[in-house]
This record gives sequence, C-alpha cells and structure tokens, in this order.
Amino acid sequence: MSAPIQLRPDETFILNVGPQHPATHGVLRVKMEMDGEYIVKAETVLGYVHRMHEKMGENRTYAQYLPNLSRLDYLGALGYTHGHVLSIERAAGIEVPERAEYIRAITVELNRVASHLFWFGAFVMDLGGFSPLMYAIQDREHILDILEGVTGSRLTYCYYRFGGLYNDVDDEFIEATKRFIPNMRKSLKKYAALVTGNIIFHKRLEGIAPVSAETCRKYGATGPVARGSGINFDVRKNEPYSVYSDFDFDVPVYQEGDSLARYKVRMDEIEQSLRIIEQGLAKLPAGPIMTEKKPKNIKLPVGDFYQAVETARGSFGIRIVSDGDKNAYRLKLRSPTYSNMHLFDETCEGMLIMDALAFMGSLDLVIPEMDR
Amino acid sequence: MGGYFSDIFYGGKSLLVGLSITFREFFKPTVTVQYPYQTIKMSARFRGHIELLADDTGSPKCVACGMCQRACPSSCISLDSVSVDIEVDGKVKKKKVLSRYDLNFTTCSLCGQCVENCNFGAIDFSKEYNLASTRKEDFHFDLLDRLKRLEEKKA
Repeated sequence: MSAPIQLRPDETFILNVGPQHPATHGVLRVKMEMDGEYIVKAETVLGYVHRMHEKMGENRTYAQYLPNLSRLDYLGALGYTHGHVLSIERAAGIEVPERAEYIRAITVELNRVASHLFWFGAFVMDLGGFSPLMYAIQDREHILDILEGVTGSRLTYCYYRFGGLYNDVDDEFIEATKRFIPNMRKSLKKYAALVTGNIIFHKRLEGIAPVSAETCRKYGATGPVARGSGINFDVRKNEPYSVYSDFDFDVPVYQEGDSLARYKVRMDEIEQSLRIIEQGLAKLPAGPIMTEKKPKNIKLPVGDFYQAVETARGSFGIRIVSDGDKNAYRLKLRSPTYSNMHLFDETCEGMLIMDALAFMGSLDLVIPEMDR
Repeated sequence: MGGYFSDIFYGGKSLLVGLSITFREFFKPTVTVQYPYQTIKMSARFRGHIELLADDTGSPKCVACGMCQRACPSSCISLDSVSVDIEVDGKVKKKKVLSRYDLNFTTCSLCGQCVENCNFGAIDFSKEYNLASTRKEDFHFDLLDRLKRLEEKKA
C-alpha cells in the first residue's frame, strides 16, 4: 500500500485554462495559481492568434486594408470597418452622402444587437444554461439574414467604402428590419423572464467580481464593462461621429460594477440599438450612396490621424500616421477587449474558479480582436 | 428569516416561469432545415467566389487590363493575355485576348474590390456555396475554363 499524498497546507498548484478551452471563447491561455478552488494569482497569456494586422496595414493601400478590419472582431465586424472608413474620410476630407451614413448607422446597430445576442447566449452557456443560446442564435439568425441581403456576407462584412457604400439597401432590407424590431422586443421580454429573473442566474452573478470605476480607468476599460461600473462614457454620445447626434438614445449605466451589472448594460443596449434603428429607418433620406467623385488611389496628407468609434465591446480607435504615401507609415489599432481583459488578472484574485469564469464571460472577450 | 422564505418563493416562481417559456417552444414551428435534403434560398447578393462573365458571343467580357489583379488585397488573381490579330473594317489590328485567369480562392477574403474596380463589368460573384475539399489545390480555379464549361452547357 502506498502512502497517502502529503500536501502542505499552504501548497498551491498551477492550473492552465486554455489555450483551447470552451470558457475562454478562443485561444486565450490563463495561467492560474490555485489554492484548492480559489485563485491565488492569474496571468493571461496572449499571442496564439496574432496575425500582424497592424503591420499588414502598413504594407497595403488603405482600400486593400478594408477586409482586415472585419477579421478583428468577427461578431461585430461592421463597427470596426466603420471606424476605418471614418478615419480615412476625415483625414482625406471626403464628404459622405447622408443616406450612406444613415445606412451605416443602421447596419452597425443591427450588428451590435447580433453581437450582444451571441454574447448573451454564450454567457448563459458559461453558467450552465443551454436553451438561451438556442433562442439567442435564432434571433441573431434574422439579423444575419438581413445583413447578408445587403452586404453579401454573414460574418466578415466588407460593405463600407471610402465615401459611401458598396451598394444601396433595397426595400426588402427595410421591410425585414421593420419586421425584426417588434420580434426582438418580444424576445427581450422572453429573455428577461427566462434568464434575468432566474434565481440561479442571480445567485451566480450578483455581487460577484465587482470592478470599481477606478480600476476601469486604470486599465482603460471601455464599453459595457466601464458602463457597468458607473462610468458614463459612450463614444457615440461623448464624441459623436457619423450621424449619431441625430438620434435620441440613452446610455445605460449601472453603478454596481458586478457581473450582473455588465449583463444588464448589454441587455439595455439592445433596446437602445433598436431605438436607433427605428429612428434611422424613419429618417432614412433618399439620395446617392457614394460621393460624386468616387475616390481612387487614396493618399492621405502628411500627419497623424485618430478616429474612435463605439463598437459592441467598447471604444475602438484607429490611429494612422501618414507620410503622404498610399499606405500608412504606422497604423495602430486600439481594441477594446485588450484593455477590458486586463481587468481579469487583478479582479479574480481570491475568487472561486467558477465565479472567475463567469466574470470572464461577462467581459465579452473576442480573442482575435485583442490579439489581432 | 423572512429573506430565506422569500428567496424560496421567488426562486421557485422564477424556475416555473422559465419552464413555461421552454415548454411553449414545443408548439412553435421548426426553423431548422435538413441540409442537404433541404436547402434555403440564397440571397441575391450572396458573395461566392468570383467568376468571369461572357458577352453575347460567348467569349469573356474581360479585356485583360489587370485592374482586378492590382486591386486585390491578397493577390489571389493572376491572369495572362495574348496578342491576336483581328480584322476590323478590312484593317488588321492587334487585340489583347485573355488567355489565362486563375483565382486562388484559398486566400480570397471576398471583399469585392475586384468586382468594383472592373470597368467592363466582366467579373461578378458566383452563387457557389457548396465548396468542400480536403486538398487545397481544389480551390485554385481556372475561371476561363469554368466559363467555357458554363457556356457549353448553355448552348
């Protein structure tokens, strides 16, 4: 008979979550030092899906860089391409027709709803509930069908062009979007009853992983993560771009800072996005979708340009340093989940591992976007 | 103590509400289709890999200017042309004719810049979505050959 394993009372062990793990939603590795079920220290390790997107931006012309942006965040791709076209248009002084900007805003908001829906499903699945994922994917499917009808792709869109759009929306798009809004509102009520009101869901999230506004500022967290901690910051309101100043919408902010608050912010944001889409469809002006003189072979003036947009995950910034050539001298992408993820290491110290994974789900991480 | 009982009451109620929602799904129509026995209609703007378009005579509209090749972000298009003598109004003229048009679909990102940059309307997206193979050579398309086959089928 072998002797029983002797463990010192203060002994810890290392647990690797990932790089291939369903809870990390991508190839993210978390090295956790564990004391039983409690996390003593955690370290996130990145770099498994690094594809040199910034360097690619320096080797390609601005137009050729368009498809890259939708490969950053495959769940909310339109928001990222929006940031890129806006930065180039502002730097090169290209006027965009109003109709094009309205369509951009509508499609970005649709994409935001789709992204939040998928997050909602995956998040509840992280906590052990499977059916909400199926309901969320069914609703998201309608959005993907609508967007496929105008853009031709379902996930990695390449729809916006400098000075306008690839093609105009048809009546089918407008009809389908109008049909979608009331259905989505009905589904939101269903989710509120099925998930938000559920006692297990509440007990798993309420008061778990509180992130203070101070920590958010320290790490540069933006988007629903910061708004769940009481920071009222939304690029669409604070530095309005595109036609967002024409729309009447609220920025949901919760003071608690726990996982439940981040959940509530996103669910409220779906409703606000629906409001923007509704107003956008009502105000959609007629007219061209491309500037009269379609820009070709764009060369930016010498200088340093920055444009931030609010994507589904937070503030996405693109900085272009131009030396007057047809491609950028330096291109920097500021991706929101990269900053949001760094909250994890500090916050999860002393937490139970299942709470930490629920917390990670509430951060809404998309690994290809932070690793780019 | 009151919190304890209200928790049980509230918890039990929330579970019943959840169960009633999932139970109602039994009576909803099925939304999934049994692929490949059933298929759904592809949207009109669906982007498959690009294909060459033919003019009325059945020959490709492409004039081999190479705009698509230059516009492509991942250089997946390569084409060649030959100079052919043709007779127009009794005079012999040289004309560039497309002799090869290869698409490497493994690196294509379907951005549509080739279609957009074509001044002759010679390329468009196909509606091909049933592409699957275990060899990557199967995704190197000879589009000129494909056009010929399609035209023969039509004739």
